Amino acid sequence: MEAQGVATSKIRSWLKSGLERAYPQIIAILLAFLVGAVVLVATGHSPQDAYIAMLSGAFGDKYGIGQTFTQATPIIFTALAFLFAFKCGLFNIGAEGQLIVGALAAALAGISFGDVPAFIHIPMALLAGALAGGLWGLMPAILKTRLGAHEVITTMMLSYVATYLTSYMVNYPFKAPGWVAQTVPIAASAELPRILSPTQLSASIFIAVAFAGLIFYCLQRTAFGYAVRATGLNPPAAESGGINVKREMILALVISGAIAGLGGAGEVLGVHRRFIDGFSPGYGWDGLAVALVGGLHPIGVILAAILFGALRSGGMTMTRATGVPLDIVTILQALVVLFVTAPMLIRYLVRRGRYRG
Amino acid sequence: MNPAIQMKAITKTFPGVLANDKIDFVVEKGETHGLLGENGAGKTVLMSVLYGLYQPDEGQIYVNGKEVKMDSPATAIRLGIGMVHQHFMLVPSLTVAENIILGREPAKDKVLLDMDRTLREVKASCERYNLEVDLKAAIYALPVGLQQRVEILKILYRGTDILILDEPTSVLTPQEVSELFKAVRALKEQGKTVIFISHKLREVLSICDKITVLKRGKVVGTVRGKDTNLGELAKMMVGREVIYKFDKRPMDGREVVLKVEGLKALDERGLPALKGIDFEICASEILGIAGVEGNGQTELVETLTGLRKATEGKILLNNTDITRASPYERIRSGISHVPEDRYKRGLISDFSVMENLILGSHNRPPFAKWGGRLDLGETSKYTQKLINDFSIKTQSEDTPTRHLSGGTQQRVILAREISREPKLIIASQPTRGLDVGATEFVRSKLVEMRDHGCAVLLVSADLDEIWALSDRIAVMYEGKIAAIRDPQKTTEEELGLLMAGGKSG
Repeated sequence: MEAQGVATSKIRSWLKSGLERAYPQIIAILLAFLVGAVVLVATGHSPQDAYIAMLSGAFGDKYGIGQTFTQATPIIFTALAFLFAFKCGLFNIGAEGQLIVGALAAALAGISFGDVPAFIHIPMALLAGALAGGLWGLMPAILKTRLGAHEVITTMMLSYVATYLTSYMVNYPFKAPGWVAQTVPIAASAELPRILSPTQLSASIFIAVAFAGLIFYCLQRTAFGYAVRATGLNPPAAESGGINVKREMILALVISGAIAGLGGAGEVLGVHRRFIDGFSPGYGWDGLAVALVGGLHPIGVILAAILFGALRSGGMTMTRATGVPLDIVTILQALVVLFVTAPMLIRYLVRRGRYRG
Repeated sequence: MNPAIQMKAITKTFPGVLANDKIDFVVEKGETHGLLGENGAGKTVLMSVLYGLYQPDEGQIYVNGKEVKMDSPATAIRLGIGMVHQHFMLVPSLTVAENIILGREPAKDKVLLDMDRTLREVKASCERYNLEVDLKAAIYALPVGLQQRVEILKILYRGTDILILDEPTSVLTPQEVSELFKAVRALKEQGKTVIFISHKLREVLSICDKITVLKRGKVVGTVRGKDTNLGELAKMMVGREVIYKFDKRPMDGREVVLKVEGLKALDERGLPALKGIDFEICASEILGIAGVEGNGQTELVETLTGLRKATEGKILLNNTDITRASPYERIRSGISHVPEDRYKRGLISDFSVMENLILGSHNRPPFAKWGGRLDLGETSKYTQKLINDFSIKTQSEDTPTRHLSGGTQQRVILAREISREPKLIIASQPTRGLDVGATEFVRSKLVEMRDHGCAVLLVSADLDEIWALSDRIAVMYEGKIAAIRDPQKTTEEELGLLMAGGKSG
């Protein structure tokens, strides 16, 4: 009994500290919807109808929920990718490219081997995606540590390389017969199971959540994660403490790229079952926003990704039901990011609220 | 006549900390007033209240007899109060003149920057206050002492009558300190009021007309500089007599721990910084490196700890060549390092006390188990022990070291480095910026390590410190060891001469 009491009080204090941490984020999200409502009113729509349609679209039925989590899954990966590099003091804004090359590599692995059992084929294809993403992270890492090229520039540039390179690949060498720039379908043995048919939600979301936990554990509870964080917070001090700063940076960027690549693999193996040119509507860029909205914490990242996923899936329902243009979703996303990255403003509003209360 | 500044019953609290407790503080016009106290005594908080950076919980502020509400630095500046912070607020890529006029740029036709007028005006104020500096030099190219002078010029240019100097000497070399004192005297002659924050007794005593001593957020008393002495001030500050002497056991071992042969290295610009260094340190010996800063001491320490590449020469630790060893390998082979810049190199300030205490051993047992998992239980036990042994004043082991006072931060570093049971400790400016209590603690720990058979390389700009601790004194000048002396057989004059590049008999 007593042990149980201790456990619940521990959970309670953990929840409380989590809520305290999420305070500015929650307020930012509420503010975004408030300003969004103003925009809706100004353009002659009913914010109430629009938001209700959006909410019911995102969570109202099985299909909506499936859509929401399907959309959230790749964003969890790319946000985790951004987060991991960020903890090492690096801005990997090229998750988009790492995701795309990971997706193509996974598709090719899924196509190439026909006769292997699923329990080998799926991990193999996932690994191929992670390796390709990791390679896309390794290049800027080497450019940074050897030549001093800033990773913001190189990761972004390599994103474009990835987009056009994969586009070429599925337009020429690996093009499936037909008009669409895509590969042939992957073998059935490489397909990640769908978990909420008829929606496209696949087991990839379990991998995403598992990786969130894994990354949290790695950063907080391992010597490697310690070295990564030390490097991110104060490189000269880390160096004095015997940490090989360049090595940690390279590893962090490779792992970051691999996580994004894994996300791409999950899309191919779980959702599309083949590589389609332009399949990503910008998951990599959303990941950056989600990492920030999620407070650069793995659990926050999952929640923020679900929010972004809900905006995407609910947005479509809203457009169908109320005729509000889908652009309001983009506006809301932008507002959330804006308010999250303006913590000064939030703190000011909170303080004023306290004085009055 | 009304006093320039009168602060009445100022109280300021932070979560869990009573930083200022009903402080009364009066500064007369035209005086140089010292604000003395250990780190964490509340000096900087009090001045931040005066400068409008913090709002007091209680109390009033009067400037020239009028009550004012100091709601922002802009208000303070408007009332003629200027502050030179410990960390300078300059734009490194701009020139001296551009920095001085920043925020108050003289303009032609209200749009174009009038650079001629700028130079003329700034030059005039340089001359008036006898503060010479090359107006066209870029800030990043200037030594710290001159950057500080630019800060002072900047606030004078804004028409400041009351200058607050926050620990102005903590970043300066002895030469720069005497230059600064000249400037402060010139300011006094011009009728300016100066508030001089420091924890260095000698400095305060030599420059200030009046001295107010703070301790734990309260005023201990205000005394006239003329009517007091070092002992009295020290007693006011810490409440006990400070012991400046150390009893050391005679050296027993003569076993050489560190041997450096013909060591050469380059500085950041690629110019030779070490031009052939030779010395040895034995077990149970403290070798003090004296010298004016910038003569290669920083580079020497970095080369010995593996942070900088040696271009020539050899470093032997217990007869093993470690010249090419990585910083990590050197830590493992028994070198501990108390860095000169504890914010930049010594601590990861966003890390907790616990995390900082295992830096360098984080991937080894008992802190890391198989597979590199951190053992938080062991780490916490270890942390609790060090917090006790080294009297680290912290709320908990999870407190980020950023929230600790300078002295406590240095205790964390020292605890980490000493507990590794090193064969050699390299301590660089180990007491810089520390209060009397922490300074004494650091020094006694170094002596204790020496007595236990550790070799100690002490680099310090503080000659008193070198003198008090060293078994032998090496003087560095322009990248070389000018001479090595026995502290019993040398004089302050001889060392001074060697530090200035002179030859001695």
